[in-house]
Amino acid sequence: MKNIFAVAGVVIKELYRRKDFYVLFIITVLICLVMASVNIFNDPKIARYLKEICLLLVWISSLVIAITTTARQIPAERENRTLLPLLAKPLTRPQLIFGKFFGCWFACGLALLCFYIFFGALAAAREHQWPLLDYFQAAVMHWFMLGIVVAMTLLGSLVFAAPSSNSTICFVIIGGILFVGRHLDQVATSMHEPLRAIVNALYFTIPHLEFYDLRDLIIHNWPLIEWKYIVLALLYATAYIFAFLLGACLVFRRKPVN
Amino acid sequence: MTAILQTQKLRVEYRSREMRQGIKVALLGLDLEVRAGEVFGFLGPNGAGKTTTMNVLLGFVPPTSGAASLFGIDVRQPIARQRIGYLPELTYYYKFLTAEELLRFYAKIFGLARGETDKRIAELLKLVELEHAAKRPIKSYSKGMQQRVGLAQALINNPDLLILDEPTSGLDPLGRMKVREIIQRLKHDGKTVFFSSHELGEVETVCDRVAIIHQGELKAIGGVHEITGKHASLEKAFLEIIGFNSSTAP
Repeated sequence: MKNIFAVAGVVIKELYRRKDFYVLFIITVLICLVMASVNIFNDPKIARYLKEICLLLVWISSLVIAITTTARQIPAERENRTLLPLLAKPLTRPQLIFGKFFGCWFACGLALLCFYIFFGALAAAREHQWPLLDYFQAAVMHWFMLGIVVAMTLLGSLVFAAPSSNSTICFVIIGGILFVGRHLDQVATSMHEPLRAIVNALYFTIPHLEFYDLRDLIIHNWPLIEWKYIVLALLYATAYIFAFLLGACLVFRRKPVN
Repeated sequence: MTAILQTQKLRVEYRSREMRQGIKVALLGLDLEVRAGEVFGFLGPNGAGKTTTMNVLLGFVPPTSGAASLFGIDVRQPIARQRIGYLPELTYYYKFLTAEELLRFYAKIFGLARGETDKRIAELLKLVELEHAAKRPIKSYSKGMQQRVGLAQALINNPDLLILDEPTSGLDPLGRMKVREIIQRLKHDGKTVFFSSHELGEVETVCDRVAIIHQGELKAIGGVHEITGKHASLEKAFLEIIGFNSSTAP
């Protein structure tokens, strides 16, 4: 485990020493503060729109951070040749993969924490309440969703040579899952065999990232979701994370690194 | 003396894109033995198979056939790398880290204790003359400084065997002299050094034994004086061994 955490530590250092996170955070803060400073149409429920926009920005920023940070990890190690001295040490390839995963995931968690603290402060300023448990549920679910995204992108970085192509493909897949994934079973019913079976298989194979989108819960101040469902969703995410990491380890196992 | 690096009938083949997926043989039954405490020069023209041999020894590339071992342990076992240090050619270390952080990271992988790590980092930064730049990010380092930080990372675990891939490549004369001094100091401390180089004058100065490889085949192995033989220098012997005829050269 010490090797995994040593690799993860370097990834976390990289995230907070690069400008990407700060740029996204500042843009989110600026947009939200500008939105918060105006009260369009004197709508008393304007805080809901503000929360919606802020959470949408947090979601977009977190996905950008997760995908771009993860996509460059292994390709940058190859390009700069740092993979060579690293693997010349008693570090196994699966340890490197898991280290990169935990580093990216924890780094995303730290970024998410900053975003949610800002969001909480902004929402509290307008609504004068602080539903901590709601925020906790939303943030944990969001973080586990990012875990799936990070593991998927890491696998992609071993399959596709260029980080840009991997990032684009991951953005398209994740966007597709978030927007279309939940409707695939309904789409399948209007199809004929064998297409129906293929679309149905796709519906049950893809990780349903939309399960982790609890934005409406905090926008509309809905009651908390029962914890047993949250635990089930986290287990579902863990299963996908391990499946993607196993795939990454298998791809990387025999890959020449020179 | 015991052999701490050994290859037996090592053969490496790979599919070459240039040859339309044809098979290219990088190593052709290489038998090599490096004994404890010696400085061993691994020579050959570009594309001879020097880096491929190192890649196999470090577990980066699996051999097609044959065997390779370090300290008697199969190179495919990660534990075989516990007592070695490796300096690759032209590496650009994590530019967002400082030299101290980089060395601390590698020390963690070797499982060094905190106190031992601090002591080792101080010693190594002094050895490679980077004490003044220890807290500066690596991105601000010159090429020579990066190579020196590379040498420091290769020595972090106080290795018994040091594998250096063209350690003086791209360095100015002062940098080369410094690397040479470090190799000689390691030899004095009883360490084994296995290194590839194109600087034959340097090899002549520091090596006990050399091996010359050409087109994946071992052409000669022995003491520097033994290889040089009747020739005026190692360079002349090297050219003759690889079949270069100076009279027909342009």
